Amino acid sequence: MARIVGIDLGTTNSLVAYMDKGTPRVIAGRHERAMVPSVVALTDNGLIVGDPAKEHLTRSPERTVYSVKRFMGKALADVQNELAYFPYTLTEKGGVIRIALGEKTYSPPQISAMILKELKLRAEAFLGESITKAVITGPAYFNDSQRQATKDAGMIAGLEVLRIINEPTAASLAYGLQEKTQGTIAVYDLGGGTFDISILKLKNGIFEVLATNGDTHLGGDDFDRLIADLFLADIQQQFGLDLNAYPDHMQGLRLEAERAKIRLSDELKTTAALDLPEGKGRFTRELTREQVEALCTALVERTLGPCRLALKDAGLSPTDIDEVVLVGGSTRMPLVRQRVQALFGTQPHCDLNPDEVVALGAAVQADILSGGTTDMLLLDVTPLSLGIETMGGVMSSLIRRNTTIPAGAKEMFTTYVDGQTGVDIHILQGERELAKDNRSLARFRLKVPPLPAGVPRIEVTFLIDANGILNVMAKDMRTGDTQSIDVKPSYGLSDQEVERMIEDSFKFAADDVSARKLIEARLDAGALLTTTEKSLSDGGQLVSPEDVAAIRSALAAVAAAKDGNDPRAIRARMAELEQAAKSLTVAMLDDSLKKGLQGKKVSELT
Amino acid sequence: MDGHTHSTSDRRELQMARSMCWHCQSEVSGEYFCDRCVKVQPVSKELDYFTCFGIPRRLSIDQQQLETKFYELSRAFHPDFYQNKSGAEQTISLGNSAMLNTAYRTLRDPIQRAEYLLDLEAGAVKEIRTTPPADLFEEILELQDTLNEVRASDRTSDAAASLRAALQSKRATLEQRQRDMEAQIQQLFGQWDALQDRGDATEQARAERTRILKEMRDILSNRTYVKNIVNDLVATIA
Repeated sequence: MARIVGIDLGTTNSLVAYMDKGTPRVIAGRHERAMVPSVVALTDNGLIVGDPAKEHLTRSPERTVYSVKRFMGKALADVQNELAYFPYTLTEKGGVIRIALGEKTYSPPQISAMILKELKLRAEAFLGESITKAVITGPAYFNDSQRQATKDAGMIAGLEVLRIINEPTAASLAYGLQEKTQGTIAVYDLGGGTFDISILKLKNGIFEVLATNGDTHLGGDDFDRLIADLFLADIQQQFGLDLNAYPDHMQGLRLEAERAKIRLSDELKTTAALDLPEGKGRFTRELTREQVEALCTALVERTLGPCRLALKDAGLSPTDIDEVVLVGGSTRMPLVRQRVQALFGTQPHCDLNPDEVVALGAAVQADILSGGTTDMLLLDVTPLSLGIETMGGVMSSLIRRNTTIPAGAKEMFTTYVDGQTGVDIHILQGERELAKDNRSLARFRLKVPPLPAGVPRIEVTFLIDANGILNVMAKDMRTGDTQSIDVKPSYGLSDQEVERMIEDSFKFAADDVSARKLIEARLDAGALLTTTEKSLSDGGQLVSPEDVAAIRSALAAVAAAKDGNDPRAIRARMAELEQAAKSLTVAMLDDSLKKGLQGKKVSELT
Repeated sequence: MDGHTHSTSDRRELQMARSMCWHCQSEVSGEYFCDRCVKVQPVSKELDYFTCFGIPRRLSIDQQQLETKFYELSRAFHPDFYQNKSGAEQTISLGNSAMLNTAYRTLRDPIQRAEYLLDLEAGAVKEIRTTPPADLFEEILELQDTLNEVRASDRTSDAAASLRAALQSKRATLEQRQRDMEAQIQQLFGQWDALQDRGDATEQARAERTRILKEMRDILSNRTYVKNIVNDLVATIA
């Protein structure tokens, strides 16, 4: 069976992992970083993803998309109060958010697909084989639309998504496999944009989720925002400058807030700094851990409510929890650790890298699906109750939250009027009493043969599969005929739309690959030019004038090729430059050895 | 289901006689996998949850044994292990897993288990009481009045605060009442299981059986009524 990779599609960073002879490993990129920033930017040379795209956040913020996960499976109305924070333009078409990048608009699954494609290419380059199947992770508290959107993203990226697995449960698989964790555990997962808590029982290779809860709109992004708001007020006061008018500087501010927050996980105080526009000079501010904790404490407290609810649903008290596992970059904050420890009364674990553990778990699940690992089995739950709208706009629950999946429920429908040919069914997800307060998943019309009122009997089966995604089937109990139901999602792409996006993505795939090669070659050429120029100015006197002239002409050739559009030409000129600069490199190495050791020449050593 | 006419063993024979492997058409003797082609078989809709778990139709259940069996059957049916199999097998795996999960959830909880057994044995659909149990009649009418008063009153007023305090004490009484009923049900569990174990088919045993089932149904429906009132009360106080 073809290899299946595990992908953590995160709000701020994404990773791909695979199973290497029973051990899950993340795949590092060319620059040895496993994390790919979940950022997509439109440049003059096309769309770019990851680290190079992140550089565009401060250069062309209106054309650089980050935190797209927050918009997956959402309508514009759902994110109305957040729009002001994002420099790119969001619109809506047919209940699905569209993100404007230049002339075109893209749905969140399309943007996510670009990140997935980057990971796919990375895995293919590393493993030396074509990758077409993946397990992708999503927050446990994702609803049906958000899961479906994640699956759509995979399909658009040319991946068959064999499973959508919940992030905290993925983490538990990695812990169970690598740390041999057993007993009742709580996985506290605070990432860039989402929070999940899952309570599991680990016993003899079975990972049974007892309850899950969370908040799909709470994470590190929100902490950064509070810190950035603090800086913003300071800048206004000190310089009389409203930075909101400068989207590029706003992004710089956001990134500086994030960096300061990260530093404060290890240090007690730090200094944040930002160059201001309009020749206003430089803003610097000292920030203490205490100050950041005072700002963020309310947000951290917000995670404790879902923890208590999950415990209650599992029928447990905090003392029943044997171990607490921390997942997600935001759990590095000492405040988060303190609060979690105080709630559960036990020191939380973070033996596995909280940034990587979810991807590792996805790789384990991928291995289970491909038949490699056979002794482990994950029994997950659906996070939200599923029901239908009944008379008076009330939601009637069919499958309760925290029911083990796959889960099914049957409901019988009939008619109220003679000759009625259809029954409208409105499917909902949520915990509220009234239909209007819950998430609308889909509406469909059940076809009924025209008969006297009450005679037709149509049995509708609602089945939540192992991905947490709903499937609906109907059966006419009189004739035994089954009917397939075309469920139109309330907030999501229709099958036809996904089809078209897949086609588009293939159409542009060839362009994308060459554009990407060009961008990468240019980036590498830029780096080589910088380092060679520096070497030349530092050590030019160590080599002959002829060598210096040869290096200079090779440098010019690389610079010229870099402005062209042929990645192969750039690579060729780069190789020539490296060859020409070899004497300089060796001379500089010799020189530094001489200074340091007063020893032998490199040529004698080797 | 028509509980009255078949005992557990009759039912099992009936189901076995009908079974045939969907794939190789050889006879399947009530097992989950075909002996000949080893393909997974759809769990029959006629199969009750007790039989599915291979345990007797008793009300006291060894939770540990139930869990072990649940894990064992999960390993047999879960879609994770059918990824490389045919579409038909994947569909069966999905259906069987969903059914298994429902069965486990039902049997694990004593109240749901009792309701399910009643349904099997007496063919009773869950009756929803619309009037309070006789011994609680006065008390509940009074409570309904208080609830209505609280809903109508200004939440911040002193009067509302004292009403809510009164409701809190009522809540404690009702919750105690609910626990008492659960203990009564547990007692009936014992009586039912003893009767099952004796297994005699005398007129007296049949009468005893009918009495236990009727008592169980009454208590269960009273408990549901009280539980709904408590939920309502909690929602009003909150």
